[in-house]
Amino acid sequence: MNMLKTAAVVTAFAVLHGTTAMAGCGLTEGRVNIVGNEFPAIQTVAKGAEACAGDGVEVKANLTADHQKINLAGMQGNPAEYTSAIVANSSIVALINDDVIRPLDDLIAAHGADIPTKQLITIDGKVMAVAFMANAQHLVYRKDILEQIGVEPPKTYEELLAAAAMIREKGIMQNPVGGPFAAGWNLAEEFVNMYLGHGGEFFKEGTAEVSINNPQGVAALNVMKSLTELMNPDYLTHDSNATSAEWEAGNVALMNMWGSRTGVLQDNEGSEPVVYENTMVGAPMTVGGGTIPASTLWWDGWTVAKNVSDADATATFVAMKNGISPSILTDQTMGEAVWMIEGYKPAPVNAGVFSAIEMGTKPYPMLPYMGLLHTALGDNLADFLQGKESAEQALADTEAAYTAAAKEKGFLK
Amino acid sequence: MKHKTFFWFVLPSVLAMLLFIAFPIVSVVLQSLHVSHEQVIVQVENCGPFGCTQSTKIDTQATEALRAAQPLGRWAGLSTYLDRGHLAVAEVAAEWRNAASMGEFLGRLTNLPFYNAMFFTLSYTFIVTPLTLIFGFAIAVAVNSAAKSLRGPLIFFTLLPMIVTPLVGSLILFWMVDARGIFGAALQWAAGDPNLSVKASTPLMWIMLMVYGVWHAAPFAFIVYYAGLQTVNKETLEAAVVDGASRWERIRYVVLPHLLPLTTFIALIQLMDNFRVFEPIVSFSAQAHATSLSWAIYNDLGGETRQLSSAAATSVLTIIGIAILLSPVLVRTWRDFSRK
Repeated sequence: MNMLKTAAVVTAFAVLHGTTAMAGCGLTEGRVNIVGNEFPAIQTVAKGAEACAGDGVEVKANLTADHQKINLAGMQGNPAEYTSAIVANSSIVALINDDVIRPLDDLIAAHGADIPTKQLITIDGKVMAVAFMANAQHLVYRKDILEQIGVEPPKTYEELLAAAAMIREKGIMQNPVGGPFAAGWNLAEEFVNMYLGHGGEFFKEGTAEVSINNPQGVAALNVMKSLTELMNPDYLTHDSNATSAEWEAGNVALMNMWGSRTGVLQDNEGSEPVVYENTMVGAPMTVGGGTIPASTLWWDGWTVAKNVSDADATATFVAMKNGISPSILTDQTMGEAVWMIEGYKPAPVNAGVFSAIEMGTKPYPMLPYMGLLHTALGDNLADFLQGKESAEQALADTEAAYTAAAKEKGFLK
Repeated sequence: MKHKTFFWFVLPSVLAMLLFIAFPIVSVVLQSLHVSHEQVIVQVENCGPFGCTQSTKIDTQATEALRAAQPLGRWAGLSTYLDRGHLAVAEVAAEWRNAASMGEFLGRLTNLPFYNAMFFTLSYTFIVTPLTLIFGFAIAVAVNSAAKSLRGPLIFFTLLPMIVTPLVGSLILFWMVDARGIFGAALQWAAGDPNLSVKASTPLMWIMLMVYGVWHAAPFAFIVYYAGLQTVNKETLEAAVVDGASRWERIRYVVLPHLLPLTTFIALIQLMDNFRVFEPIVSFSAQAHATSLSWAIYNDLGGETRQLSSAAATSVLTIIGIAILLSPVLVRTWRDFSRK
């Protein structure tokens, strides 16, 4: 009798223990601190990871547009402040360059055997990140405005420019084109898109020597200038957030925008019905007779910091895996991104990113020195768009700025 | 004071200064004289959701070994200071040879990031500092002559621009001058040009940044001057009135000479602050129109690949710049001091 009683208590305890452990996703200890960009899909993932908090497991998240200014510094300490950084194919490079993220192969073997291979970002045979969504920039257009001028959604930038000119001529909108052209990272990204669309290569084959001052570079800049002439004159201060606000205010009819941000434009918050009901998503556009879209493919994924204890690394891995588990997909979160998660059903809002993948859009280059070129582009292209110097001069300045930086970082002699 | 007492008296502040000012500066100078090791690049295959590609990667193990051998990086001497991102000696020499006229040379000079930043920083410093002094003094005189009951609230409201965090203060102004903001729209209406935008025009952006600078700093000058005004000798002022001096003459011959040491103090602080102009450039997203040395440091550290040596070199150049800027004022203060 006594023994039975003890057994019952033990069982009850075990069950109790089991349930409390469930609250922590099967974890009993560990610290999870996530740093990442701020847009709806990433907020959803962080929320999914935070569900593992409790019972000795602490989960925090710091999501900000300035994430790449803080993630490296926050992971270099030992122990690292951030145990996980949510990164994209550009920003993972800086973390790999400084060797602050750990290969995930052992953790996958122990806790993540069910993660599909296509989600694993493998560099030199080692898994360094787990991707959970795809992203790309593509056309977003106002159906009602295009119907008003009797034009089909543009497939090339040349068609977009012609349609925008018509919209302005007919007095429907003063500045019908939008786009994140803020000097700095955004402007550089637009050039990267346009230059790839013209078939350009950023570096001499296999080296860190830049070569963008060529006919493709000039052509890319000229298209960008034509676009800016049809934009709000403040375009050099408009990042993705400000551009979205311009769209929601109904001031813009055509733009090249991130897939991850179009869901917000189509919901009924922040704009009039005439705007959100007519906001449509198109494929990315080609330019200059090219066949590859003037856009880049991106994945967003999570990493685990190198300088953390094994317990924290395990907790981070399990929590982040929970953050991208099928359970986070609800009616509301489904359209936030092109999820690489089982059970994801593509929504019409995601058609743009799927077209980008189908059309053979190039992924953003994952090269150790690409970040330096991106910075140099962001600092030097605005002078051309403002008419202060020629396209060749702006590209020459960019090359010179990159070369000075690459010498300092030891990529060039 | 006995030497021993003096020693123990200043020890805490000397320690704090060594720890928080001297050592960081030494470390920045050291950093600026070194650059990263030559990167060991290996060809690798990267795979992801969009397929596999041949790419390059830094060999972290080899790099780690280099770092362990020489933790500071490669000795570079002054090469970072002389490269295109900083003093750009070779580029300046080439422009000097190729330019047909002085105007063309100066125009080309502003195409180099350091000189472009200096051009704005110096203009900002030498326009904003005197305006701050003038406005601060005018407000102080005005508040001082207001009825006693009004002075409290007046002082509070005058200090507001200084109380508001620079980033927030400039953001508020940024939205007001937006093409759809109250000032921006008024300006378009007044000029009759729907495309006129403060944020799109370099001269207007410069004016905006300087207006902000004066708006933010004038309260500081005001409060110092206001305190100074309370110490003006009343008898001298009354004597001046008896002698038939006008209000302007009293200010010119009694108040201003009395406040001269304060003016030196405010000018010193303001020259230092204005030379380091930074927040408004970030808040106004003004980088396409105006950059400063501090902004260049921020930009070097904010990219996906951090350029520590470049940022360190710019920091040292900023310190040198401030030292040069302050030297006339410091020399003057020293002379005044030794005369006594």
